[in-house]
Amino acid sequence: MTNGIGRATRALLTYGFLGLMAFLSVFPFFWMMLGATNSSIDIIKGRVLPGAALATNVGTFFTQVNAPLVFWNSAKIAILSTVLTLTVSSLAGYGFEIFRSRHREHLYRAMLLTLMIPFAALMIPLFIMMGQAGLINTHIAVVLPTIGSAFVVFYFRQCTKAFPSELRDAAKVDGLKEWQIFLFIYVPVMRSTYAAAFIIVFMTAWNNYLWPLIVLQSNETKTITLVISSLASAYYPDYGVVMVGTVLATLPTLAVFFFMQRQFVQGMLGSVK
Amino acid sequence: MVHARRGGIGRYYDVNGWLFVAPVLGLIGLFMIYPIFWSLWMSFQSGRGMMMKFVGFGNIVRLWNDPVFIKALTNTMTYFVVQVPIMILLALILASILNNPRLVGRGLFRTAIFLPCVTSLVAYSVLFKGMFATDGVVNSTLAALGVIASPIPWLTHPFWAKVLVIIAITWRWTGYNMIFYLAALQNIDRSIYEVARIDGVPAWARFTHITVPLLKPVILFTTVISTIGTVQLFDEVYNLTEGRGGPSNATLTLSLYIYNLTFRFMPNFGYAATVSYVIVVLVALLAFFQFFAARERDK
Repeated sequence: MTNGIGRATRALLTYGFLGLMAFLSVFPFFWMMLGATNSSIDIIKGRVLPGAALATNVGTFFTQVNAPLVFWNSAKIAILSTVLTLTVSSLAGYGFEIFRSRHREHLYRAMLLTLMIPFAALMIPLFIMMGQAGLINTHIAVVLPTIGSAFVVFYFRQCTKAFPSELRDAAKVDGLKEWQIFLFIYVPVMRSTYAAAFIIVFMTAWNNYLWPLIVLQSNETKTITLVISSLASAYYPDYGVVMVGTVLATLPTLAVFFFMQRQFVQGMLGSVK
Repeated sequence: MVHARRGGIGRYYDVNGWLFVAPVLGLIGLFMIYPIFWSLWMSFQSGRGMMMKFVGFGNIVRLWNDPVFIKALTNTMTYFVVQVPIMILLALILASILNNPRLVGRGLFRTAIFLPCVTSLVAYSVLFKGMFATDGVVNSTLAALGVIASPIPWLTHPFWAKVLVIIAITWRWTGYNMIFYLAALQNIDRSIYEVARIDGVPAWARFTHITVPLLKPVILFTTVISTIGTVQLFDEVYNLTEGRGGPSNATLTLSLYIYNLTFRFMPNFGYAATVSYVIVVLVALLAFFQFFAARERDK
């Protein structure tokens, strides 16, 4: 009897706690979407009901911001950075597995140590380097330092351990060169690894802020993250318009997440195994 | 295959291996190793803009007498000391609850709690700034619930601004850490829990005596990752508190101070580089300490 009541109480507590946590996690998204439909004053006053200002907010957003250009800039940087990062890191992930040099593990560990280098300690030299190369205000300058990622190499190497070595041996017997094995066997077999890495790297690149803030100083090159930040830091920010911006900026990553949730979670899991 | 080549020329030369690994190593070398040493060299120089001269340890001496730096360091450490344990504990509790296969709506809860990780640091900072405005939705809700009598000045009071930053990062990253724990929990044999339950071990004891010890490597991993993240905090503080570091620098972090020294004030790359090396040393020390603490408890 007491046990029954205890169990019921515990279930109530558990679900109550989970419900509260889930609510707190989701509420800002909900508030953001409501905000896009409300006027700035209503948002500041904490209104949590749909309003009638959606059309006005969207209209103001599109007159204040060259939205197609800004989205194109963000997409260009995110896609370029993702494709290059995946290419270079998967080559290395495969390379570290087939590598027979006795220096392999030293090299690998040294590379992993770079994960500990904080970006703040790199940004001034990187900024000067980009300046000397004449790359300030270019998207190349944003993308270049993000390609060599020890974390993504680590992820690919972890997953490469699951790649059947029999396939490789068979291909070798058939006379395939190492790069052919990589391109025609490894890449197709590791599809899901690529998918998960794609999501993670794409989100990071799309959401990147500090480095683009430093390098992209002209309005023509700015990304959506930079634009939202500057809209929100105006002296009297129009919160309705800011909300439209955050919704638009969050939609691509939300969509990627919901369409590819399984691979995304697997990707996160793959990296701890 | 490998053994057949031992002692041969293949032991020293592995052209394919090197070729596959070279691009990434080249990029890391050019955009991480080279700049980190350049940064170290710069930290011994001082001057405005590109006009730098060698000052030896002058910048380090300046650190001790710079109240803004001390403030930024204290704030950064406060975030680290308060936020990381709260977040790790919360993520662990959530993961161990959500690991129960008999829980109804498990997938839904997981998705909901993980959702914040999808947003950009800037977008959610902007959202939080609006939600925590003086007469914003958070204050009005708390007032309606009778928790507070007068609105909390989240954005303008030194103490509450720090609390807000901590709430914000906890919101964004708890789900992220939870996923790592869920992954690790799936590798633990469920029968251990069943036996403990039958033996009458209460839930809290199962958590502290089974879950936490078995997840120790993953906890260490997430703690180190969170440490690195917290010590480098920038986007949130910049966007929550008007890009300056809040009321009288109350939320200023080391990264934001470096940004200010480089791009907002009269640029002094040398001094900024010295501050950035404080972050390097902090990350190294804290990570070392965490590895050490984890190892000690094994004995």
